[in-house]
Amino acid sequence: MPTPDTATHRSALIGAPGRAARRLWSAYGGYALGFVSLFLIWQWASLYLVSSVLFPPPTIVFRKALVLVRNGVLLEHLSASLQRILAGFIAGSLLGVPIGLAMGSFRPVRKLLEPYTEFLRFIPSVAMITVAVIWFGIGEASKIFLIIYTTIFIVILNTAAGVSAIAPNKIRAAQSLGATRAQIFFHVALPATVPYILTGMRLAMANSFTTIVAAELIAANDGLGKMLWDGRLFMLVDEIFVSLVTLGLLGFVTDRMFRWSIYTFAGKYSPAT
Amino acid sequence: MSLVSFDDVGKTYRSLQGVDYQAVEHFSVEIEVGEFFCLLGPSGCGKTTVLKMLAGFEAPTSGQILMGGRPVTGAGRDRAVVFQGDDSLYGWLTAIENVEFGLRLRHVGKAERRERAMHYLKLVGLGGQEQKYPAELSGGMKQRIQIARVLANEPQMLLMDEPFAALDAQTRSLMQLELANIWQATRTTVLFITHDIDEAVTLGKRIGVMEAGPRSRVKGVVEVALDGARRRTDDPFLRYYKQVYEMIRDEVAKSIARAD
Ligand SMILES: Nc1ncnc2c1ncn2[C@@H]1O[C@H](COP(=O)(O)OP(=O)(O)OP(=O)(O)O)[C@@H](O)[C@H]1O
Ligand SMILES: [Mg+2]
Repeated sequence: MPTPDTATHRSALIGAPGRAARRLWSAYGGYALGFVSLFLIWQWASLYLVSSVLFPPPTIVFRKALVLVRNGVLLEHLSASLQRILAGFIAGSLLGVPIGLAMGSFRPVRKLLEPYTEFLRFIPSVAMITVAVIWFGIGEASKIFLIIYTTIFIVILNTAAGVSAIAPNKIRAAQSLGATRAQIFFHVALPATVPYILTGMRLAMANSFTTIVAAELIAANDGLGKMLWDGRLFMLVDEIFVSLVTLGLLGFVTDRMFRWSIYTFAGKYSPAT
Repeated sequence: MSLVSFDDVGKTYRSLQGVDYQAVEHFSVEIEVGEFFCLLGPSGCGKTTVLKMLAGFEAPTSGQILMGGRPVTGAGRDRAVVFQGDDSLYGWLTAIENVEFGLRLRHVGKAERRERAMHYLKLVGLGGQEQKYPAELSGGMKQRIQIARVLANEPQMLLMDEPFAALDAQTRSLMQLELANIWQATRTTVLFITHDIDEAVTLGKRIGVMEAGPRSRVKGVVEVALDGARRRTDDPFLRYYKQVYEMIRDEVAKSIARAD
């Protein structure tokens, strides 16, 4: 094991760029390796294991993706899906957080709203597609409604759970330091609940992908789900795979963003302290 | 002049099954302005119950508690609490932000807030640690943040519930010394709960010994007439230790016998 002295000495020799590269490698090297191996195995499996046009290798999929990026088709579908997800997700979170905070903070509110949340959250949003289309048509409204529906209960549940997980001594300490009820809410309850809120939003985001694809498969004029459906109809296997890979990447990127914000917001927060 | 008076206070808890448990009964004691009062008793006798009632977290079921002549009706910033364990610190705030929490509630300006918080952080020996989060501090440091947090709020009285119980012996005696110095300097009234006789004789100006529960009350109060630095090996110290020990020995035996 190098002593701190030799370690600084060595990095001084390598210089700043070397150090930066090493930091980058230790942060992302594992991911890079993982992804590369994923694509290598995929390539190998499709060429030698399956060797069928129904399971194209990544090289063909990426070439197809490039074509679809150039002619703007992929971006169109991607942005259609993403816009729906974001609109519904933001609206659902904006509604869910205050409701969750109120349910967690005030027993009467919880008693009043629990029947709704406990009943509705067991009806999968995929099952709601039918009514959504009947109520709102096949346009944007039905998709956004479904994403709100997907998001809101998870966010409410996690937020409320976060509020009730606050150690009573945190509240008592604030009271003894002279906090008013409003101050306890804004200075203690809210920040203590942030990690739970973000976790709820992260789960909701993952579910939103399922919902949007299902909704677009059934009724939509564009979006990644529509792309999948068209691919099936017209036997465009490559396009199906482009859509699948895009979904995977999109999910991965948004989830990373959430993990990062949970880490920065809440890394210093651990339930034990 | 007495700052706090417990007047025939009783507290009965009702369990979820509807069974009543009389934790304390006929509990009476006066705490003088500026005094360091230790409350000592066997585990489960009701020490925390007494502190919670004075803090205003729980209401007595009989009798009354006066603070500065007025009945206690709820928590207030005149009675700051140092909790046992560290779950009262705010994990999303740095050490110094925890210490200035009370000042922020009262909208004290940022510069003044920082300065005062820094003063108390240094007083508890945590200068240089102000930017760390509680999760990055040791158990003893976290207890000291709690102490700095209540001192910065300049309360009329400190309520401390076994603040050093979870620390190792060396850190504990160090913290006792620090607390004794802080008390010498500020002369804030302190109610200090402990089950450690040595700690009580080291710190207390008076020691209230509680009976074993249920229906616990004050068995007697020992006045510790020692000034300045108290050494565990001095004869007077040992005499007080023995006196308190004699009082509490039977109570500990009783509380263990009842638990069987
Ligand atoms: N919220 C509660 N509900 C029911 N019973 C309680 C409650 N809090 C305390 N008790 C009971 O009251 C008695 C006194 O408890 P308390 O916590 O005051 O003891 P203590 O002297 O602080 O003990 P320790 O030294 O172990 O901390 C115990 O028998 C306990 O079981
Ligand atoms: Mg206790």
